[in-house]
Amino acid sequence: MGNSNQRRRRTNSSSIEAVAGNGLLDRRMLLGHGVILAGAASAAPLGSLTGAAAEPPAETLTEAPWSLEPGAVIQPYQLPSRFEKDVVRTVSNPSGQPSASAAKTPHHLLTGTITPNGLHFVVVYGGVPDIDPDKHRLVIHGLVRRPLVFTLDALARYPMVTRMTFLECGGNSTLLFSPQPLQQNVQVLSFWESKVYAQILPNGKAYQFYLLQEVKSYITQPSPGLTLKEPGLYEISGIAYSGAGRITKVMVSADGGRSWAEAALQEPVLSKAFTRFRMPWRWDGGAAILQSRAWDELGNVQPTRAEFVAKRGELKTVPPVAAFPNQHFNAVTSWAIDSTGGVKHAYA
Amino acid sequence: MPTHSGIIPAVWLSLSLAGGAAAGEGPNLGKPIDAADIAAWDISIQPDGTGLPPGAGKAADGARIYAEKCAQCHGPDGKGGVAGVTASPLVGGGPITDISASMKTIANFWPYSTTLFDYIRRAMPWQQPRTLANDEVYALTAYILAQNKLIGDNDTINAQTLPKVTMPNHDGFIVRFPDAM
Repeated sequence: MGNSNQRRRRTNSSSIEAVAGNGLLDRRMLLGHGVILAGAASAAPLGSLTGAAAEPPAETLTEAPWSLEPGAVIQPYQLPSRFEKDVVRTVSNPSGQPSASAAKTPHHLLTGTITPNGLHFVVVYGGVPDIDPDKHRLVIHGLVRRPLVFTLDALARYPMVTRMTFLECGGNSTLLFSPQPLQQNVQVLSFWESKVYAQILPNGKAYQFYLLQEVKSYITQPSPGLTLKEPGLYEISGIAYSGAGRITKVMVSADGGRSWAEAALQEPVLSKAFTRFRMPWRWDGGAAILQSRAWDELGNVQPTRAEFVAKRGELKTVPPVAAFPNQHFNAVTSWAIDSTGGVKHAYA
Repeated sequence: MPTHSGIIPAVWLSLSLAGGAAAGEGPNLGKPIDAADIAAWDISIQPDGTGLPPGAGKAADGARIYAEKCAQCHGPDGKGGVAGVTASPLVGGGPITDISASMKTIANFWPYSTTLFDYIRRAMPWQQPRTLANDEVYALTAYILAQNKLIGDNDTINAQTLPKVTMPNHDGFIVRFPDAM
């Protein structure tokens, strides 16, 4: 379309547009691939859009040792490289005490929309069960005329669908009910455990059968657990999702919510699935507060913290990190960047 | 518009699994199962007590079983606090007046007394679930209810009396999405 061509030419020929306070840049910069990135490079000392520091030019390139010898034998089920040893879950109960156990996804170290199987959030109340699929049975009984029992082999012969979808624990982000921001990485602040599907409200009543995970987003890069190494160009990135349908829009702020700009949504944008949003940002080395806010196709809007607290309440005292005082927290989350590039959890 | 791509196969599946005449031909791979065979496996108790088995127990018997099989995790008086264990307190819990309530307990949160029987029989003791006889489960249910002052110390708990115990927080719930119910 002529209109978009005009727009692209204009973006390309000018320096990158600032679209909101504290260095947020036009998301279209991310869509034009090499041409616009080249423009970005001329406009700013480009580290990279992944947030790595610009390398000093003096490094001597050599042939890598791995290219000079035979590699390892391929395994039937490949496990991650040893260099990925730190991309692991945080487990709450490593010694198997007689209590609940949870493992939390390292979202600050994941950049896509598919969680690897081995990094998936898990919570169990009696250990991980060991289920033989050949002996597992599904029984449909109760309000049916004819009770039936199925083997898994039988179920596998029925029509199937495969879909990408998010799975969020109702207790996710429960520590954000604290009156003070707790300093843990996004892994601990986000995926946590839920005990009941009933959430206490400020009036002492509780929601019953509250299963829907409402529209939510948070920034994973940068986030607590990561640091910015130097001022320059970065990509703010995070995930948005809604139990009601598709994400239609994510707005990002770098100044604690005073100004906002629309982030780019990475395809595919699927109903009830993680949607990755991306926002180019030039960090000037000063203090910044990063936030994201999501909208879904039914018109649901992720609440600000103030809106959420007004409706759902806030704890009177700071809970222990191991507590799960409430569930279904979906308000805007704030990450405060300090002048050293450190990232902390903040309320703003 | 929301998509309904997931709903169509689900409806199709449920109709064909149920063998409904209106549905299209399904693989019909489910095997009929007798009520007696289901009963041997189905341990669900409904809120109104449907499914409660024969048997009975009193708090005094429950106290002995509790000391032997439960106190090591839940504490000698049912108030929790055992080092290294996060087993919930079974006794006490002040009224829930806002979200800062320190703990959701049987006495201040659970809407139905019958859940006690289902939970204990299904999941306790933690290391050996399904090892308690029904009389033992009734006795433990009576002990916990009596410790919480929800029944008298000499009351008998069985399939008839348990559903009649009204829990303090029975009316403490509202439906989040009433249109969807």
